[in-house]
Amino acid sequence: MELIIFLITAAVAVAGAVAMLLSPNAIHSAIFLLINFVAISVLYVLLYAPFLFVIQLIVYAGAIIVLFLFVVMLLGAERAEDTRERFAWQRPLGLTLAAILLGLIGYIALRNPPSGAAVADQHFAAPERIAEALFTTYLLPFEITAVLLLAAIVGVVVLHMSGNQRTENQEPRTEN
Amino acid sequence: MVPASYYILLSALLFTLGVVGVITRRNALVLFMSVELMLNSANLALVTFAMARQDVAGQMVVFFVIVVAAAEVAVGLALLVAIFRTKHTTDVDEIHTLNG
Repeated sequence: MELIIFLITAAVAVAGAVAMLLSPNAIHSAIFLLINFVAISVLYVLLYAPFLFVIQLIVYAGAIIVLFLFVVMLLGAERAEDTRERFAWQRPLGLTLAAILLGLIGYIALRNPPSGAAVADQHFAAPERIAEALFTTYLLPFEITAVLLLAAIVGVVVLHMSGNQRTENQEPRTEN
Repeated sequence: MVPASYYILLSALLFTLGVVGVITRRNALVLFMSVELMLNSANLALVTFAMARQDVAGQMVVFFVIVVAAAEVAVGLALLVAIFRTKHTTDVDEIHTLNG
């Protein structure tokens, strides 16, 4: 039963990723990426990670995809690739290198499969355990993420402000 | 019970698809989405290893990766908007001011 769910979810995830790569419209790409993220969150449930399941849905499927869609619609950049290809050999070479990469990762993963198939404790990653680890062992990294997020907020505001100031400063100059 | 190597193979496949996206697509927004796909596939591998080893440390790493990815997307998209204001394009082949 679990294997069936895994196979269906994996097929959905791969189909979402492939459709994201092939669709010429960036908005469709974002929606297909959303499908992929939701499929991966279902896989987290199968892997006994309920906390990450919720976080994946809220942060990735919620916030990040909405941000992508918002920027795509703001810029009106749905079809930025209508121009011709600059390098004809870029696509076949990229696909060949990607196939080699997949072969290498697959070979290494199958040669050294992770052991421990039998799950002893299904609640090893219950939210209480996650919280306990987060606020004891990983307290310093947790605090650093707060600083990182603050830095990201300040960075975005500064990027936006400097763009506005530049246009404001340029306007009087052109008038004079 | 699904063998852990199945998850690792799926993660490898998704990562490769992300690499293909970064190499072949030219819309900077789709490039960003491909990077997110690669981050997600790495997260999937980490959660798989956490399950196989019955250790919560792998899931902690995933938590921090998600935080960093959120910050990265916010700053990256702000940069894209700033570039679009001056260049009026998101095609990475058209942004070649530093190309001697």
